[in-house]
Amino acid sequence: MIDATVTVIVCLLACLAADPALAQTKAKAQNVPEIPYESVAGFLKLPANVYLGEGIGVATNSKGHVFVYTRSADTRLFEFDEHGAFVREIGQGLYGFEFAHAVRVDRNDNIWAVDEGTNMVIKFTPDGRVAMVIGRRPEAVEGLVAAPAGAPEAAPEPYVFSRPTDVGFDAAGDIFVTDGYGNSRVVKFDKNGRFIKQVGSKGSQPGQLNLPHTMAMDAGGNVYVGDRSNARVQVFDNDLNFKAIYDNVGNPWAMCISPGPHQYLFVSNSIPDNGLAQYRDITGEIYKMELDGTVVGKFGKPGKKPSEFSTVHEIDCRNPNELFVSEITAWRVQKILLHPGH
Amino acid sequence: MVRWVWCGALMLVLVAADARRIDSTARAQAIPEFGFDASADFLKLPADLYLGEVAGVATNSHGQLFVYTRTGNPTVGLGNSRLFAHGGSRLLQFDATGRFMREIGQGLYGFLVAHAVRVDPQDNIWVVDEGSSQVIKFDPDGRVLLILGRKPEAITIRVPASTPSASPQGRGASGTGAGGAGDQFVRPSDVAFDREGNIFVADGHGPNARVAKFDRDGRFLLSWGTRGTEPGQFNTPHSIATDAQGNVYVADSGNKRIQVFDGAGRTKSQIANVGTPLSICIGGGAHQYLYSSHAGDQYGMDDAAIYKVELDGRVVGKFGSAGKEIKQFGLVNSIDCRSENTLYVGELTNWRVQRLTLHAPQTR
Repeated sequence: MIDATVTVIVCLLACLAADPALAQTKAKAQNVPEIPYESVAGFLKLPANVYLGEGIGVATNSKGHVFVYTRSADTRLFEFDEHGAFVREIGQGLYGFEFAHAVRVDRNDNIWAVDEGTNMVIKFTPDGRVAMVIGRRPEAVEGLVAAPAGAPEAAPEPYVFSRPTDVGFDAAGDIFVTDGYGNSRVVKFDKNGRFIKQVGSKGSQPGQLNLPHTMAMDAGGNVYVGDRSNARVQVFDNDLNFKAIYDNVGNPWAMCISPGPHQYLFVSNSIPDNGLAQYRDITGEIYKMELDGTVVGKFGKPGKKPSEFSTVHEIDCRNPNELFVSEITAWRVQKILLHPGH
Repeated sequence: MVRWVWCGALMLVLVAADARRIDSTARAQAIPEFGFDASADFLKLPADLYLGEVAGVATNSHGQLFVYTRTGNPTVGLGNSRLFAHGGSRLLQFDATGRFMREIGQGLYGFLVAHAVRVDPQDNIWVVDEGSSQVIKFDPDGRVLLILGRKPEAITIRVPASTPSASPQGRGASGTGAGGAGDQFVRPSDVAFDREGNIFVADGHGPNARVAKFDRDGRFLLSWGTRGTEPGQFNTPHSIATDAQGNVYVADSGNKRIQVFDGAGRTKSQIANVGTPLSICIGGGAHQYLYSSHAGDQYGMDDAAIYKVELDGRVVGKFGSAGKEIKQFGLVNSIDCRSENTLYVGELTNWRVQRLTLHAPQTR
């Protein structure tokens, strides 16, 4: 009986810990310098009949074109040029588009969409045609299953995601997927989509994950995972061996690593999307870090005004001083200019 | 509890051992391997049109291609107290060079979850929809001529049943699979025709495990098969084809065999050395061959091939492997074999149609 009671308590604690809404924390980093910045007003020009919904994903290609993955009536993927002019829509009515979670562009300008509603990772050529898909949208015809209150903890299978969240690539073209809300793992595939290995289970020990929500890779092929509900960034090497934990920048919702000889890691401690006022004073900022975890500076605060951040969900940092951020609760993408020298 | 786990583990070991035995048998026969070329980009789609999972591909007598694909997001509409599912599949027509011609059946009531498209000798286009449980016949111009089965009016949110019933459960089904009640399907998978125009429907993924036969006007004639492993029984009849004599070949996927029947459903023989048959096609001409796609895993990543087989079951050769690259196969759900050495295959997990050109086989 006592055993049972203890078990129940442990389960309750686990459930509480697992609820992202209750896990938002103030960053431990103290006395972090503020980086001056500004928001470019009205950068994206939308046709009159096109609307952004929740700003879930944003990424740029080598030409500076901006890809925005958004939840509107349908989940849609838009391309804008380097001046913010609308170029086109990609993947109208796509079988894999149901509930956007991330968009990334690889070194060959292929566009990758991660959809947590269909459990799919979709690779488009630069022309916007489907080149490869990983994962499979569940067939719905056996009857629709009522969604459980929490995310399902499915047994991780090589090619079956459970609400995947993000994707990254190394120099060899290997593909890394954070998976996700249901599973608690990072999966490595080769460039042809063949499963290589995976790491992670649900928990708070080093190497365990509790909502791997975002990821980024450095030039050495190391994998940085935003372990959101554990309020830490975890670093794995290219073979997914655990390397390090950075637990001083709050709950990483969105991450990006800039290219070039001196790479920086950007981490957003986003204000949660549940609108609870108690988080207003302890979240909303984005950190700029060295790859070793040293905090360089931070910028931003929560809010819906221009230059404020309203639940940042993805960051693009191809140019480390010209960022793009997409925001869930403001239905927008902001172009952010950092002035680190000032 | 522990004992049950061990029991399960033992069964797994036994199954694995069985699989090895099949493998070694296949190797002992030294199945010739076809060389082949493949193109995956010969279909030219408009910029705003995308294939999803390709459930069906078929050619007509002019070499035009019909592709039945799962795309366009199935939608659940909120009605009075019920939910209504619609959309989700599209039927596209391409010319012989792969140029997009048109879409057929935009917004059609029966298009929900694509499973097969076939073209009959008169160039009518037949679609089998697993979601609406309907078989739909279009004339060559793309207008609806005949429909079999009826789409369930509304859907319910429910946990999938894990224990399938042994008897057919079409709407109002008596359970006997005979008479008017037998003309409704549950997640049908494929359709075929004989020379008289009789229609054979493989039915299907649901609790039914049978073949239903209709005359050319869509009048239900008879059905055969129940769930099981005996001859004449099925475990997911997944694809169906006829030969020039009117024999009916059924890809009995769950039982890893192709069963052969005469036109009245009498058991004739079975072909059990072609892996797990997902889709089959029987070519035309004086010497008919049967092609069968094998998928050994549910992802299409570990084990796959297409077998070329004589109608008596002798394997002529095989080709292909599993994966996402060109010349690899990701759950080939449909084969078109109007031309013996130029095949079209539709893949579920790779969202594409590949055109395959076979070379003469070489014995390894």
